[in-house]
Amino acid sequence: MKISVDMNVCQNYGQCVFAAPEVFDLDDAGGLVYQPTVGDTARGEVEAAAMACPVQAITIEG
Amino acid sequence: MASTRDRRIVVVGGSLGGLRVTEAIATGGWEGEIVVVSAETHAPYTRPPLSKTALVTGPDPDALAFKHGLEAGRAQWRFGARAVAADLAGRTVTLADGSTLGYDGLVAATGVRPRQLPAGVDRTGGATHVIRTVEDCRALHGALRSHPRVVVLGAGFIGCEVAATAAGLGCRVTVVALDEAPMLRPLGRAVGDAVRTRHEQEGVEFRLGSAVSSVRTEGRVHIVELDDGTSVAGDVVVQSVGSSPCVEWLADNGLDLTDGIETDNRMRAGSVPGVVAVGDVARFPNPLFDDVPRRVEHWQMPLDTARRAASTLLGDLAGADTDPAPFTPLPSFWSDQYELRLQSFGAPGLADRIDVLEGDLAEHAAVVGYFRDNRLVGALALGLPRRAVAVRRKLLASLSDPAPMCPSLT
Repeated sequence: MKISVDMNVCQNYGQCVFAAPEVFDLDDAGGLVYQPTVGDTARGEVEAAAMACPVQAITIEG
Repeated sequence: MASTRDRRIVVVGGSLGGLRVTEAIATGGWEGEIVVVSAETHAPYTRPPLSKTALVTGPDPDALAFKHGLEAGRAQWRFGARAVAADLAGRTVTLADGSTLGYDGLVAATGVRPRQLPAGVDRTGGATHVIRTVEDCRALHGALRSHPRVVVLGAGFIGCEVAATAAGLGCRVTVVALDEAPMLRPLGRAVGDAVRTRHEQEGVEFRLGSAVSSVRTEGRVHIVELDDGTSVAGDVVVQSVGSSPCVEWLADNGLDLTDGIETDNRMRAGSVPGVVAVGDVARFPNPLFDDVPRRVEHWQMPLDTARRAASTLLGDLAGADTDPAPFTPLPSFWSDQYELRLQSFGAPGLADRIDVLEGDLAEHAAVVGYFRDNRLVGALALGLPRRAVAVRRKLLASLSDPAPMCPSLT
């Protein structure tokens, strides 16, 4: 499963970090970092993260 | 569940709560019809940008639309359709065009509307803006283009965000509010005063502790008169004095509709089975704090309540046992004002004591703890976005801990 975040849209609200802390995190400057490819076991969490994004910046493929 | 095939669930309300509950019902095994009745003419969209980025650029409904979930199941979406009445005993909903829809299960997800100034306030001036819908945002965006003088009525989150956005666009802004500090009730005096100084650095003026007695128009100028005898003139007036739950359509059914639809902890409304409520309109008890039902107008609540309400409704319609685990969602919200980000978790509004746990409010970088009876009930990260993740995690651990004290969030 591939994850992409539109960093022009992302506002670093961190809602995805709360939903899927294994996949998304904020760096020391508060900017979003994430794993672009994850296994299928994380699907539920990643989908929850995409839904929780207030600016709908997260896209899931596969 | 073949027997559900000829049955129907009606979802009233087509914003975030209506979208997520429809999705949860469709993926939860429901094989019957799902009809979503939405008073809006747009597909569901995200509202938080309407007082921030979308107000600067002008709102684009396609960019704001939720990407996920509209395709869920076989739901029929009826946009521009408003429910005006319901008969819970007869299991029907009446729409504004006079038609009725029968149902087996009903979800109330009608949300809130901007509250109006009290009836006693003379509003013959009338031309006030609000911010709730894409149309509201577009109208205010247009009005702000000419850098008018802006008077914001109300110093809650929406009022403060609109003030910050308008100031950032070069408008001269005055905020008028009854409370003595911005965001006083949700976050307390010290935090409100700190945020106020940030606004004042941008030239925003505050007229606090005064009620509006009238809004009248002289030519193209609006005059907001206050009960202390003073007045503020503006070219644009924005009304952000809170919100009222949209419950009128459920009247005369024996439900408790005082400030939203009262539900149990499973999101069931009233004693008639097959009716649940979701999102801003639902007033439910949260055992994380106590047994008092409360409405929570926070971003995450429509998602959390939608999942729970869908599971309850499908269980009740199937005559099955519902999930026995208590429903304990963590309220959380954020607000952006200039570069300053406020991130709140839990229920800070319940606190009887507020402590700055790290940092300094005067520097607009602090973690604040909110305590009730010496127990941590909420936490705020002000201007420290990276800390918010840990603050939230530790608050959750503290709320789940039966020991009454939490020494620190650090």
